[in-house]
Amino acid sequence: MTRSVPVEPTPSQTVGPFYGYALPFAGGGQVAPADCPDAITLHGIVRDGAGQPVPDALIETWQPAPAGASAPSGSMRRDPVTGRHLGRNGVDFTGFGRVATDADGRFCVRTLPPPAAKPYVSLCVFARGLLHHLFTRAYLAAPEGEPLLAALEPERSATLLARQERAGVFRFDITLQGEKETVFLDFQS
Amino acid sequence: MPPTQSRPLTQQEISREIAEQARAHADSGVVSSHPDRDYAPYRSSLLRHPKQPLVVLDDPEAAELSGPVFGVTDVTDLDHDLTRQHLAEPLGERITVTGRVLDRAGRPVAGQLVEIWQANASGRYAHQRDQHPAPLDPNFSGVGRCLTGGDGEYSFTTIKPGAYPWRNHENAWRPAHIHFSLFGTAFSQRLVTQMYFPGDPLFAYDPILQSVTDNAARERLVAAYDHELSRSEWSLGYRWDIVLDGPGATLTEDRLGTEAAR
Ligand SMILES: [Fe+2]
Repeated sequence: MTRSVPVEPTPSQTVGPFYGYALPFAGGGQVAPADCPDAITLHGIVRDGAGQPVPDALIETWQPAPAGASAPSGSMRRDPVTGRHLGRNGVDFTGFGRVATDADGRFCVRTLPPPAAKPYVSLCVFARGLLHHLFTRAYLAAPEGEPLLAALEPERSATLLARQERAGVFRFDITLQGEKETVFLDFQS
Repeated sequence: MPPTQSRPLTQQEISREIAEQARAHADSGVVSSHPDRDYAPYRSSLLRHPKQPLVVLDDPEAAELSGPVFGVTDVTDLDHDLTRQHLAEPLGERITVTGRVLDRAGRPVAGQLVEIWQANASGRYAHQRDQHPAPLDPNFSGVGRCLTGGDGEYSFTTIKPGAYPWRNHENAWRPAHIHFSLFGTAFSQRLVTQMYFPGDPLFAYDPILQSVTDNAARERLVAAYDHELSRSEWSLGYRWDIVLDGPGATLTEDRLGTEAAR
């Protein structure tokens, strides 16, 4: 089969309101292997342009494996007997998290700290009403001269900084629209 | 922003807005494959789209140029067949949907996860919040998964979903569709979309499909009926290829080899 290159992309469509029985999975927010003493909690609230919590958003988080190697699979391990989700194997770090917001618009993942050279967790936001997902980053640290943060006005780059609430617990709210609107990223180039 | 409505908008009013948006996009001369997040005919988008432009990031070191990996532990052999997840067969028209997942360069996306979800043949989701008074089917959950093969191919057996009403405006009906979630080799290629069935009379009335204002792009959301894929006295076949947007990770030979071996 011959095709012209590049191929035109398939358009995005909203995740809609009814993904809840299909996409979220047990342990989706438990990205850090069990008993990792340096695991961190990243949590926050998704809000709309009226400041209201968004109770039907889906947040995915991604961070590469610490050594830069390709991350192992097993985020969604299934029980071959029942077909249900088993949770992760408790050892490997797959780098991928997926959680639906609750009725308060809150999401929460427990993961490992990202490497100092790339001190951010990547997030992808889906929601009813959102026709095309949005990418952003939760920075757990803001090193001097970090290229993305340095390129933004201070009040905008502030929306990418997770706030440390206490040891190992970081707050990162996502505002889809309006005052304090989160910076969203475009990787097309 | 349009004024707050005290009554639901009529289909006529929504259709007028859809036509205005189509004209404005045609006049702009800018062809976009993806919908604008700011698309007023889809009312739920009003407060849920950013007003600031996206910040373009051209960083070859970006973490988003790699992505999660899925494997044989993440799916079971039954997951691609939505008609075999319960004690008996679901009601409805049995279909297969198959195609290939490609990147912008036309290269197959191998060994990656495809997830689908859909309403049953009556247009009802197995979801508490779906209160459309159409029957639930105890033999249909409407969830499927598979990994793409070495050539990017995927295949599902399911039943054709029904159209269903929603509350965007008065007498609003969604054309039959299957929701798809796709991963590429890079997180930046992530895609969630919907596949439609050819010739559906509801296309013109649906602000979600029409949010893709370019005609050719919109057609890429519609599967093709393929008689070669239909099986005698068993099922009807549809073909739908998917092209992931966004910069992808460069596959190493090693990883390609691993994926082909799966
Ligand atoms: Fe739907």
